[in-house]
Amino acid sequence: MKEVVITFLCMAILLYFLLGGADFGAGIIELFTSTKNRSRTRKTMYQAIGPVWEANHMWLIIAIVILFVGFPNIYTTMSVYLHIPLAIMLIGIIARGTAFVFRHYDAVKDDMQWLYNRIFRYSSFVTALFLGIIAGSLISGHINTQATDFYTAYISGWLNWFSIAVGLFTVALCGFLAAIYLIGETKDAYDKRRFIKKAEFMNIAAVVFGAMVFIAAQRDKIPLIDWVFKSTVGLSAIVLASLSLVLLWYLLIKGKTQILRILAGFQVTMILLAISYAHFPNFIRLKSGDAISLLETVGPEKTIYSLGLALLLGSVLILPFLGYLFYKFKKKEE
Amino acid sequence: MDDFIAARSQMALSLGFHIIFSCIGMVMPFFMAVSHYKWLKTNDEVYKNLTKAWSKGVAIFFATGAVSGTMLSFELGLLWPKFMDHAGPIFGMPFSLEGTAFFIEAIALGFFLYGWNKLNRWFHWFTGMVVGVSGLASGILVVAANAWMNSPAGFDFVNGQYLNIDPIQAMFNKAWFSQALHMCLAAFTATGFAVAGVHALMILRDRNAAFHSKAFKIAAIFACIGALLQPLSGDISAKDVAKRQPAKLAAMEALYKTEKPAPLLIGGIVNEKDKTVKGAIEIPGALSFLAHGDFKAEVKGLDQIPENEHPPVAITHYAFQIMVGIGTLLLLVSLTYFFILFKKKPLTEKRWLLKLFVVAIPLGYIALEAGWVVTEVGRQPWIIYGIMRTKDAVTPMPGIAYSFYIFSAIYVSLSIIVTFLLYRQIKMVPVLYNKTEENNH
Repeated sequence: MKEVVITFLCMAILLYFLLGGADFGAGIIELFTSTKNRSRTRKTMYQAIGPVWEANHMWLIIAIVILFVGFPNIYTTMSVYLHIPLAIMLIGIIARGTAFVFRHYDAVKDDMQWLYNRIFRYSSFVTALFLGIIAGSLISGHINTQATDFYTAYISGWLNWFSIAVGLFTVALCGFLAAIYLIGETKDAYDKRRFIKKAEFMNIAAVVFGAMVFIAAQRDKIPLIDWVFKSTVGLSAIVLASLSLVLLWYLLIKGKTQILRILAGFQVTMILLAISYAHFPNFIRLKSGDAISLLETVGPEKTIYSLGLALLLGSVLILPFLGYLFYKFKKKEE
Repeated sequence: MDDFIAARSQMALSLGFHIIFSCIGMVMPFFMAVSHYKWLKTNDEVYKNLTKAWSKGVAIFFATGAVSGTMLSFELGLLWPKFMDHAGPIFGMPFSLEGTAFFIEAIALGFFLYGWNKLNRWFHWFTGMVVGVSGLASGILVVAANAWMNSPAGFDFVNGQYLNIDPIQAMFNKAWFSQALHMCLAAFTATGFAVAGVHALMILRDRNAAFHSKAFKIAAIFACIGALLQPLSGDISAKDVAKRQPAKLAAMEALYKTEKPAPLLIGGIVNEKDKTVKGAIEIPGALSFLAHGDFKAEVKGLDQIPENEHPPVAITHYAFQIMVGIGTLLLLVSLTYFFILFKKKPLTEKRWLLKLFVVAIPLGYIALEAGWVVTEVGRQPWIIYGIMRTKDAVTPMPGIAYSFYIFSAIYVSLSIIVTFLLYRQIKMVPVLYNKTEENNH
């Protein structure tokens, strides 16, 4: 049953990235949109995200619950040593979610909209950035559980070039996913062209920040290159990601947008797979050289069994319902 | 500010903030289901407009509740990692189920808010019901988790180790039913009176009487049924606490000395240093009766409990008095309302009753927060009753005071903005719904 639980954990993290990450990406796109086009982007985005955003962000809660129920040591280690980035990320989540709903549901549309919009855009950026910083910090090996001073324990674990690079990379990927999704959400040719340009911009940004991630990894002696290129799965994933990248650019430039979403989702999945497969099941790498492994910190048998059962039963109820929600509200010509 | 106090204060504020929004999410879908149903059956546009107007408020509250709930799921670890390290696998069952229920609720809300004119009319109504039922379910489940903290079960605590963990037994601990029942009724009462009171205010100001009267009636009936049943539920809870957590009961009643029989105290000023309470109205034997069903029963006082296991008495006692005082007041208002309803007099003639409801707007929520103070502060010094002390559970990270200040500022800002938005929504009712036109969502 622990394999079931671990699978759900990975699925929840992936889905949060592909769906919730895209929600953040929409705000990031809006941040980098010229003032004259912002209301057009906002309108398209609201139609696209409105019905599904609450559900999209549930995947984060599912992942966190799986962690604190099934792998409590991982949850508590993160909660202690990554307290600060987690708190900042949470401020971002609160600000983004409320600003998004408030700007639409304010019965009067006046100068308050300026405030909501600013909060929405910047918090989308900050949340995606810190999600990436947290993810990078888990594997960078900077977390020092034997630290004795505040800086080493609570700051140096996450405030380093590698984590920041991963954060920026995440921002670019989220923006990229959002731009791709938005292309299919509008019928207007002018908007389609704008989103295609945004997707190209974000993709280039992702490649640049991705390179920064590798450079920072080399500098900090993180065996990222080994993980990605020396394992069969990692290598295949990267090759597939690169191939789909080529195909993606071709489709973008030619304006053929049909299977772009699937391709973009596939590419991001391959990137995540490439980074994480080689050091699985180690979830957190520590400065001491040890690692906290999913398999070693797994909770007691009865807990894992009932958790797995709850997840399986939950999927039976949730996945069809969720699928129907997406189907009903996204049934547009593509 | 001391880190430990800061952590407790931040947790208390986060929970206190989140619960207001959760209650609305748990209860309002049922109000909307009634008005929505009435529209589908009678084709009276006012009911359709009411459902839509209510759902805008609900959308605002729901989003705030959802993000504050996300905050809490992380805060459990950020503030209490040593607690979560052990408790996570034990009481995780209700949390995972709550996650499922909440996920279903989020999906159903998507259908409900965005499905007007897009879905089959009855399926659309059904999704509204699903929001309510799954909301109620998540509330019950998360309260079951809290109940475990008060009544630990499903493990053996041997030499500081947590062994033989059984998550199902943990979930169905001795306190889950009484706590869940009391919370559900509290949610209906608090939300009902708040909503009814706002509509009563609009009726008094002669605004859209047809709209607000229909709204008032739906909310008021739910509220008053809740208020009538709540004392019965309170009795179940009190008897349960008397048996399982005598320290909490003693603090609630400021019973410093064991007494047989024990009087019920109404009011009273607590002096924690001298361990006395002065100025209370005493009803002889009443506490013995309420706690144990026997006017002559002995009720355990704080003198029988080791000093380092005493909860804070003053806070617990005052909170309890506030809760019961308001509960009694709301009970009387409910009886009055039902009496008038029975006699079928139009409410617009009974302006004094509408004014009572206006005064009652915040009371249900004040009682709700007071009740939570009773049960959480009354459980101190324990975070897991009798097993783990709160001070042993807190995060080692210093500087929590800054976190407290920042998040307090966020919650205060959100409260102000939400109130402001609600005020604007209410102001727009005559503009949007006077002509009973179709309103663009």
